[in-house]
Amino acid sequence: MRQYVLRRLLIAVPSLLGISLVLFTVLALAPGDPFSDLATNPNVPPEVGLALRAKFGLDDPVYVRYLHWLTAMLQGDWGFSFVSRVNVDTLILQRLPTTLYVIGSSQVLALLVAIPVGVYAAARPYSLFDQLANTLAFIGFSLPTFFTGILFILVFSIKLDWLPLVYSTDVNASGVRWVLEQIRQAIMPVMVLGLFQAASMTRFVRSAMLDVIRLDYVTTARAKGLGQATVLVKHVMRNAMIPVVTLIALQIPAVFGGAIVTEQIFRIPGIGSLLISSILANDTPVVMAVTFVFACLVVLFNLIADVLYGWLDPRISLR
Amino acid sequence: MLDEDLRTMIDDVKDGRMDRRAFVQRMLAVGLTAPMATQVLAIGGVAMAQSPSPYKPTKRGGGGPLKLLWWQSPTLLNPHFATGTKDQDGSRIFYEPLASWDVEGNLNPILAAEIPSIQNGGLTADGKSVTWKLKPGVKWHDGKPFTADDLVFTWEYVKDPATAAVSSAVYNDLTVEKIDDHTVRIVFKNPTPFWANAFVGAYGCIIPKHVFADYKGAKSREAPANLSPVGTGPYKFVEFKPGDLVRGEIYPDYHMANRPYFDSIEMKGGGDAVSAARAVIQTGEYDYAWNMQVEDEVLLRLEKGGKGKTVYATGGDIEFIALNNTDPNTEVDGERSSMKTKHPLLSDPAVRKALALLVDRESIKKFIYGRAGLTTANYLNGPARFVSKNTSWEFNVEKAAKLLEDAGWKAGPDGIRAKDGNKLKMLYQTSINGPRQKTQAIVKQACQKAGIDLELKSVVASVFFSSDVANPDTYSKFYADIEEFQIPMTQPDPALHMKRYISESVATKANKWQGPNFPRWVNKDYDKVIAEAEVEIDPVKRAALYIKANDLLWENIVFIPVLHRLKVGASSNTLKPVISGWANDTDNIQDWYRET
Repeated sequence: MRQYVLRRLLIAVPSLLGISLVLFTVLALAPGDPFSDLATNPNVPPEVGLALRAKFGLDDPVYVRYLHWLTAMLQGDWGFSFVSRVNVDTLILQRLPTTLYVIGSSQVLALLVAIPVGVYAAARPYSLFDQLANTLAFIGFSLPTFFTGILFILVFSIKLDWLPLVYSTDVNASGVRWVLEQIRQAIMPVMVLGLFQAASMTRFVRSAMLDVIRLDYVTTARAKGLGQATVLVKHVMRNAMIPVVTLIALQIPAVFGGAIVTEQIFRIPGIGSLLISSILANDTPVVMAVTFVFACLVVLFNLIADVLYGWLDPRISLR
Repeated sequence: MLDEDLRTMIDDVKDGRMDRRAFVQRMLAVGLTAPMATQVLAIGGVAMAQSPSPYKPTKRGGGGPLKLLWWQSPTLLNPHFATGTKDQDGSRIFYEPLASWDVEGNLNPILAAEIPSIQNGGLTADGKSVTWKLKPGVKWHDGKPFTADDLVFTWEYVKDPATAAVSSAVYNDLTVEKIDDHTVRIVFKNPTPFWANAFVGAYGCIIPKHVFADYKGAKSREAPANLSPVGTGPYKFVEFKPGDLVRGEIYPDYHMANRPYFDSIEMKGGGDAVSAARAVIQTGEYDYAWNMQVEDEVLLRLEKGGKGKTVYATGGDIEFIALNNTDPNTEVDGERSSMKTKHPLLSDPAVRKALALLVDRESIKKFIYGRAGLTTANYLNGPARFVSKNTSWEFNVEKAAKLLEDAGWKAGPDGIRAKDGNKLKMLYQTSINGPRQKTQAIVKQACQKAGIDLELKSVVASVFFSSDVANPDTYSKFYADIEEFQIPMTQPDPALHMKRYISESVATKANKWQGPNFPRWVNKDYDKVIAEAEVEIDPVKRAALYIKANDLLWENIVFIPVLHRLKVGASSNTLKPVISGWANDTDNIQDWYRET
């Protein structure tokens, strides 16, 4: 087991290097300039932009810049943002709590909806409930979040005026009111993201359950005279959840990565909106750091999922 | 003649025979008045009226929070590193210049005790120096006194190339001398008719010496104050999250009486313009949103029964179509649009004139920009005394067709005109932006009727406006026949705005396409007029020179002006913002209040 993890970690090193190289090259080849705002401002002579480019090393050849970046990264220095002139890690850490809170809650919501609905639908396949759940799930994952997001805003903030349209970073209250405010402003984004996730996850849970529910040992359990609830929860679900756990483990990096579109719509100051605004501003170090961290998380959680497999299902051996 | 009239009038004002208002009205009558009319008086020896803005609150604070929504949010809070207006707007909450531009384009003293004039000895007749008196008793947010040393330091800090300040150009050709603790003299290398550039407006913000002294030059990036500013402004710094939020609280020792009105300030960023308009106008969650680049139709709909309204400020921003003077399709020494070529179609004045007749400015205003634009024939649209009255424009398809016909451009079987085997087919590029694509469509339609075929191209804004040498789609490379975009006028003076198009500034491969003269227009007369205007101290002659420069651009159809664009903001119905078309939205933030 330990050997397996070690080997996987060693394999991860060259693949991460490869990922970083590809990311860096693509970003270096991409058009755009972090100082383009200066170009149309008649107050700023072009030399200023050129001097800034030279100062930040943008005129060096790509491989030199990559080596600089790599050595700095190995020493834990993630570089600094051209646009804010702030260290990238500070920027990311500032955004992390909000992302974890909003995206994390939406994942929890997705699970809370998907598992009971999926299990119940599988227990009575093709019943009215199953049909209804299926239809809603289809609608749910066919509607993109940018559409439902705007729809929610129009209905709940503009027509009904129940919920705030803009996610404020600092809620101006303390104690219980602060908590309530935090919840209130997160309702819409969490709903939008959570229900979208829940829709596809419900389908997944249902089919995993159906695979298991037909097996002989389930019939045996029923024949023993166990109640429906015990059979479903204790016998069927335990086995059916193995693929679901993998799915969840692979979703975790997305929790850190944020949700680009939804964050933009609700003005949530998360990693996703940091990424998109950095891309628009051609702030390469930030884009590089965010995408690279994301790549690392994907590799890491893949490994964790594999290890979890072995732990959940003793039939699978890791070699 | 005009010149003499003006001189007598200035004397009248000086001697008190005519009041200032009558003077401005008379100037209006002769077509010379301006937000900058008062600068004429200033150099003519009459002190500027300190335009008292109608500020009503009678005590400091008590106004609750002021919530601003900027859909692009500040990413740093050092005014001298500010790459975009958003950063300048955020910095301006905490830092202050000596003077700001008010709604009419007059100087409004902030940290200055008075606006320099010939009378108070601030200005000299040769235009080579200006003396500013500082307001005494002003304190930085950390309690240290504000003195002339801070101005001298700001100048040294900014002009140091290692600091990499974006405002360096403003401070390079001058020296700042301390006369006493509350007086500084700025000495210009050359006679400078527009003296109110250094220490005024966005790039004029003064930074404290005692905070930044250790972070001049190469270490500038490490200054903790880049993220937690210490200024003299109406609000003290509380919190900053780059790209998301700026927060400040009232500064109880602020140097202006009864100001600021609000107890705290918050500038939230992110999202898009339409939802920002909604949050202000429809739901009233925020008090003010900036830069409403939203179609007028949408704004009108939101305003119906809403909690807010749109506000407009007139500056000098111009949306135009530029015509290429060189051939974008021939490569010479690895460079397209090279100065060694001539445009095969646009070198014919008839084609240029026809194109100008084919831009339906009225429809573009009516259907696209609405209240946010004014039709114009001029490239230079403000301040009013620099605006030419000699120009005109019309939209006339028949006239354009006739003009082309007479010049020998005959329609072919496909309806496209041609002459000597050259077809009237052109590439029309602009940045990706809803209104611009609609404008493209309107122009294309009219051109088609006159027998000109336009191929439309739109480039992502971040590429179009970049200075990336490797990219062929930038506006400065101009690998197209005509192109459209907007050039903002960032100060109420035309010098920088007009200097772009002198012959030596042509964008070429040799200068990495950094030359600002992207239409690649070469005209000796224009060069001469600009050179004269740069050193002309007499404000009337100087205005005449810039009018002439504008008329040269018009006669030669270097540009086809599309619209004179106004600045649009969204404000709650109760808020009284002070927005100038000549400055950043937050340039007069100390005067904002709420009427309840």
